[in-house]
Amino acid sequence: MKRILVLGANSAIAQGAEREASRQGDALFLVARNEEHLAQVADDLRVRGASQVHTLAADLTDATRHEAILDAAEAALGSVDGALVAHGVLTDQPAAERDPEVLRRDFDVNFLSAASLLTHLANRFEARGSGALVVISSVAGDRGRQSNYAYGSAKAALSAFASGLRNRLAKSRVTVTTVKAGFVDTPMTAHVAKNALFASAGDLGRAIYRCFDKPRDVVYLPWFWRPIMGVVRAVPERLFKQMKL
Amino acid sequence: MTAARRIDSWGRVLHARQLPVPLAWRDVSLEALPDSSLLAHGLGRTYGDGCLNDGGALLLTRGLDRFIAFDSKTGILRCEAGVSLEEIIRLALPRGWFLPVTPGTKYVTVGGAIANDVHGKNHHRAGTFGRFVRAFELVRSDGRVECTPEKNADLFRATVGGLGLTGLVTWAEIQLKPVTSAIVEQEVTKFRSLDEFFALNQEADHKFEYTVAWIDGLATGRSLGRGHFISGNHAPADLAHPGKIRAKPLLRVPFDAPKWLLNPVTIRLFNTAYYHRQLRRVSRSTTSFDPFFYPLDLVGEWNRIYGTGGLFQYQCAVPPQSMREVIRALLVEIARSRQASFLAVLKTFGDLKSPGLMSFPRPGATLSLDFANRGEVTNALFERLDAMVEECGGALYPAKDARMSPARFRRFFPAWEEFARHLEPRFSSSFWRRVTDAKGARA
Ligand SMILES: Cc1cc2nc3c(=O)[nH]c(=O)nc-3n(C[C@H](O)[C@H](O)[C@H](O)COP(=O)(O)OP(=O)(O)OC[C@H]3O[C@@H](n4cnc5c(N)ncnc54)[C@H](O)[C@@H]3O)c2cc1C
Ligand SMILES: NC(=O)c1ccc[n+]([C@@H]2O[C@H](COP(=O)([O-])OP(=O)(O)OC[C@H]3O[C@@H](n4cnc5c(N)ncnc54)[C@H](OP(=O)(O)O)[C@@H]3O)[C@@H](O)[C@H]2O)c1
Repeated sequence: MKRILVLGANSAIAQGAEREASRQGDALFLVARNEEHLAQVADDLRVRGASQVHTLAADLTDATRHEAILDAAEAALGSVDGALVAHGVLTDQPAAERDPEVLRRDFDVNFLSAASLLTHLANRFEARGSGALVVISSVAGDRGRQSNYAYGSAKAALSAFASGLRNRLAKSRVTVTTVKAGFVDTPMTAHVAKNALFASAGDLGRAIYRCFDKPRDVVYLPWFWRPIMGVVRAVPERLFKQMKL
Repeated sequence: MTAARRIDSWGRVLHARQLPVPLAWRDVSLEALPDSSLLAHGLGRTYGDGCLNDGGALLLTRGLDRFIAFDSKTGILRCEAGVSLEEIIRLALPRGWFLPVTPGTKYVTVGGAIANDVHGKNHHRAGTFGRFVRAFELVRSDGRVECTPEKNADLFRATVGGLGLTGLVTWAEIQLKPVTSAIVEQEVTKFRSLDEFFALNQEADHKFEYTVAWIDGLATGRSLGRGHFISGNHAPADLAHPGKIRAKPLLRVPFDAPKWLLNPVTIRLFNTAYYHRQLRRVSRSTTSFDPFFYPLDLVGEWNRIYGTGGLFQYQCAVPPQSMREVIRALLVEIARSRQASFLAVLKTFGDLKSPGLMSFPRPGATLSLDFANRGEVTNALFERLDAMVEECGGALYPAKDARMSPARFRRFFPAWEEFARHLEPRFSSSFWRRVTDAKGARA
């Protein structure tokens, strides 16, 4: 039985991981904005076998609440063994090109709030010498493309941040796993026409949950994105900039 | 942005383009959805156009896959409408509960099971799925309504078997049934003729909770209607062996098979071999619930073996007074056409009344057969079969239908006018427009 804090717990991918945790009888503390949805997710996880499900409605871009959220999770669960950072938004690229305010707002969700939470979590975990952190980043962060670089750059920052944190904590018993997710069929991609590269949120969530038992450093999900992104990164910039991506 | 795209039903004969609208939460309201005509779409296991809405939008319900409450003392389960029967089994069977009624595939959603008021091998004992639905929520343009057999009873009766046309079901509460084991004690009896089938069936209905027969649709003359009678009961064994629940098919048909693969010769070879597979007349065995109830689920996308032309399933029900003669006449016609494939199933329906206004199951016998789509010859055969079904006062199953005429639909479902009063004005389907002769969906 593990005690897990999920940030962005209403995410479809996070729900996949929460369901797997529930099957194992874990205790969960769920945070997201929409209270009604949180209650629906919590009911589901209880039926699926979670030993405890607590919920807290909060906008995670409000960094002043971060410490209080972690306190609440520790108080409710007794202690926190692991945390999943899953909240995010897909930035509207054309809108971000017209208005950098869109960029700033979404950076706050996708990067700043996550980095702040990870910092607090890392400090607490490091102090007591244990804990598993799992962060959902994206293959979009591996290289900026014209169609998606507003979102991609926030995820690039998140991947770099997680890499640095992992380096910092390498000598402690705290683990940091960066999940580089490919295309996943979730509400975030509801408007995108689906193709064979899309994975299901359930499959992804199950694989993410495994990172709490068997921490990895950087994991591409599904696995085939590792070679794909290897190729994408290898293209010389001089050619890359000409491509329609 | 997403645009309308082709989404097929299980038979892959009819092609429809519609705007896919994935739903993720049950607090949807119709105002927030596209302006076009709407229809819920679960796992698309309907063979014809009942789950299609050409030119309109399809509300994809698989994102509504949360459980809400499960009481393992009473077996009452409340869940969202996109939960599949497979997911219910996975949850409930280890705790001693099973579906009260299940169709021949576990890859259907609760919403789909309600909309077609599905039946299973225990119809003679349990009736249809709808009889175990205690309540559901329906989202309509005038708001959300909770329906039970007592509360908003008219809408309840219209929605069970209502082909998805009364609105969006967001959640439902169903009564599961207690089982002693995930293992089924099965008895398979070879029968040489239709008369033997009816004799076996009469006997078995008292002894077995589940009965169904596989028929060799190509056998003629004295062998007409030969087949295997398959019956079973849940074993009294313990629950320690919950039986394997296959999350994914064992294998998958990777591409569309070429046209020549299924022809009268290969099918006759298969059927003859299958019939003689069992040497003894009666064979008893124990098996997991999965191959017993869902043999076809072992092969993913098996509909592709029919090639790009797709397949029809013809399923009719005929009343008890004339079932022996009519089933015989239908089988003669089908055997003569040499078009039948290996999936031919015969079962009798019991007397338990279906709760839906438009439910298909009714007392008598039901015959269903798969046919590769060979265009005009297939259609001509169906016309001849339809005429026999109509004459005896039978009906065709909308969940399987892709071609019945509007006139016949009205005769098969005389309650359709009463039903039409409960239609949700924003909803429609390709099936409904076809059988009511209406124009296309507002796009
Ligand atoms: C191999 C196989 C075996 C089968 N065996 C049987 C059998 O033994 N007995 C039997 O009765 N049927 C059988 N069927 C048919 C199948 O059970 C029905 O077609 C069923 O309705 C399919 O459910 P679905 O979730 O795939 O729904 P879909 O096919 O996607 O939709 C079916 C209907 O349900 C409506 N619907 C779906 N969700 C909702 C919702 N949330 N709210 C309102 N309406 C909704 C749709 O609008 C549509 O009218 C079989 C089908 C296959 C492929
Ligand atoms: N889907 C993909 O293809 C894909 C690919 C790569 C990476 N990812 C990443 O995977 C993660 C999960 O995404 P998903 O696809 O599962 O999308 P999703 O279902 O849309 O989930 C995102 C969740 O984040 C929550 N959230 C958003 N902003 C928030 C805020 N300010 N404070 C608190 N919670 C907030 C939302 O819940 P509330 O509205 O209730 O707050 C929402 O349910 C994200 O980090 C995403 O970037 C997704």
